Amino acid sequence: MSRAMLSVQIRKRFAANSAAPFVLDVQASFAPGFTVLFGPSGAGKSTLLDCIAGLQRPDAGEIRLEQDVLFDAARRIDLSPQRRDLAYVFQSLALFPHLSVGENIRFGLAELAVAEQRRRTEQIAVAFHIAKLLPRRPGELSGGEKQRVALARALVTRPRILLLDEPLTGLDAGLRRSILEDLRAWNDANSIPILYVTHNREEVDAIGEQVLTLAGGRVQESGAPRAVLDAPRSVELAQAAGFENVLRGKVIEQRLTDGVMRVALEDAACEIEIPLGSAEPGREVCVAIRGGDILLATEFPHFLSARNILPGTIESLATHGALVQVRVKAGATFLVHITPGAARSLGLAPGQLVWLVVKTHSCHLVR
Amino acid sequence: MNVEALLLSLRLSVLVSGLLLVLAVPLAYTLAFFRWPGKFLVESVVSLPLVLPPTVLGFYALLAMGPRGALGRMWQSVFGHPLSFTFAGLVIASLVYSLPFAVQPLVTSFESLDRRLLDASAVLGAGRARTFFRVILPLAWPGVLTSLVLSFAHTLGEFGVVLMVGGNLPGSTRTVSIDIYDRVQAIDYASANQTSLFLLLVCFLVLSIVYGVNRRDWSPWPAK
Repeated sequence: MSRAMLSVQIRKRFAANSAAPFVLDVQASFAPGFTVLFGPSGAGKSTLLDCIAGLQRPDAGEIRLEQDVLFDAARRIDLSPQRRDLAYVFQSLALFPHLSVGENIRFGLAELAVAEQRRRTEQIAVAFHIAKLLPRRPGELSGGEKQRVALARALVTRPRILLLDEPLTGLDAGLRRSILEDLRAWNDANSIPILYVTHNREEVDAIGEQVLTLAGGRVQESGAPRAVLDAPRSVELAQAAGFENVLRGKVIEQRLTDGVMRVALEDAACEIEIPLGSAEPGREVCVAIRGGDILLATEFPHFLSARNILPGTIESLATHGALVQVRVKAGATFLVHITPGAARSLGLAPGQLVWLVVKTHSCHLVR
Repeated sequence: MNVEALLLSLRLSVLVSGLLLVLAVPLAYTLAFFRWPGKFLVESVVSLPLVLPPTVLGFYALLAMGPRGALGRMWQSVFGHPLSFTFAGLVIASLVYSLPFAVQPLVTSFESLDRRLLDASAVLGAGRARTFFRVILPLAWPGVLTSLVLSFAHTLGEFGVVLMVGGNLPGSTRTVSIDIYDRVQAIDYASANQTSLFLLLVCFLVLSIVYGVNRRDWSPWPAK
């Protein structure tokens, strides 16, 4: 199998709502294997996939798969979607409702002999555990089954690039994991660039190879998921990456020898210590803290290494499945995630005095 | 009931709705899926018969088909006989008159298709023609049926245009609505009523089919 690299360098301007024209401006290369495209909605993720697929035409730039040019504005090359040899699973899946599962899968094999079509269809149906569904119509399938069919229909064409636009949204974690396993098994044998769009942090961790973050039509960062998403560098990305607390603040002082700096939050309502970053005193910054990285204490905690201990009052408690979200006013308002058991044993109630405990390194400076 | 007039009307309606389908499908396809300068002008022209009094349309059709009109002269030189007051002339005028009823349901059903299905078809390697016959047409069939049925019914019931361009020649241009008008003029209400009732029932049946199909309760595939 080829180990072709997909390189994309494109620019496309949308002036529709001319007050703030949206510009997609992306330079990136995608090695064989999974690359997760992560970012808030409206970041340009789907538009980027559409451009790679040839469904939208960039204003400038080029798209190449190793030596093969798919698009080159300067040389006026723009292969039609039919000739790009890629597969695309849309967010809506776009299964043909009037065709059976088998006919859907065979749709992309029209140029092959009928026997070969049947052989490949059966092969992929077995690999994705949908062999029994072949005579059914998409309307008779469950969500997970539809997603498997959409993947099978895409992969049976033996594409050179695979574009996946949130293909597993709305599935429970177990089902998602099992479909991802099938997909990974397929890719071990085929090894093509797979661009996987999601804004679900759990999916990023489940795929866990390479992440490219997009915000406002531009690439923010790329690298391993932990490195990129645990220290987001923009407010939008912090929110998308699951940081419940993104607080405005102003740098008060930098303590270079300790490698920390102090930041006043929300108009000097409280002060916290965060790791040293490149922001001089007086600069407006944002600080991102995960709800799960904050400890709650009902008495002032002694003998702790944590440097941020803030007194506050509980405003509200809300249970979401296996976690309780506690809203605490401690100068600024913090969202704290604890387990239902912890909430019970501490006897937490609105109006109660508590102390918030946050490690310095749980606070992330966001540009 | 004047069977000759009725058969003539049926022949006219079947011919016109069939021809219109062939004309309207490509027209609706370009209107629904492409943007081009001047498109709004074509849309206006197509819709014009909806608002224009049939007599106005019939008047200009008569001028065009007459011995001094461009269409009439052309017809005369090709076929050796004049076009006005013939069945062929009636067909041509009816095509124009019923065009919006054929085009608009098609445009609506083409436009309401999920564009991602068309994208999916393209990415899976299907060209325009394959996408049209395998995806667009099967999914837009209620629109096709509506188009066919509405242009049939509309042609069956036309009066003003026929009167202007066809005149009232038994067997070639005396359609059923003209016949009813004649009967009323002759104070033969019983006969007029028979034909009218028949037409009323036919139109009711036809519209019931259209609305029943578009409700899609008995659609052959389940809803998405």
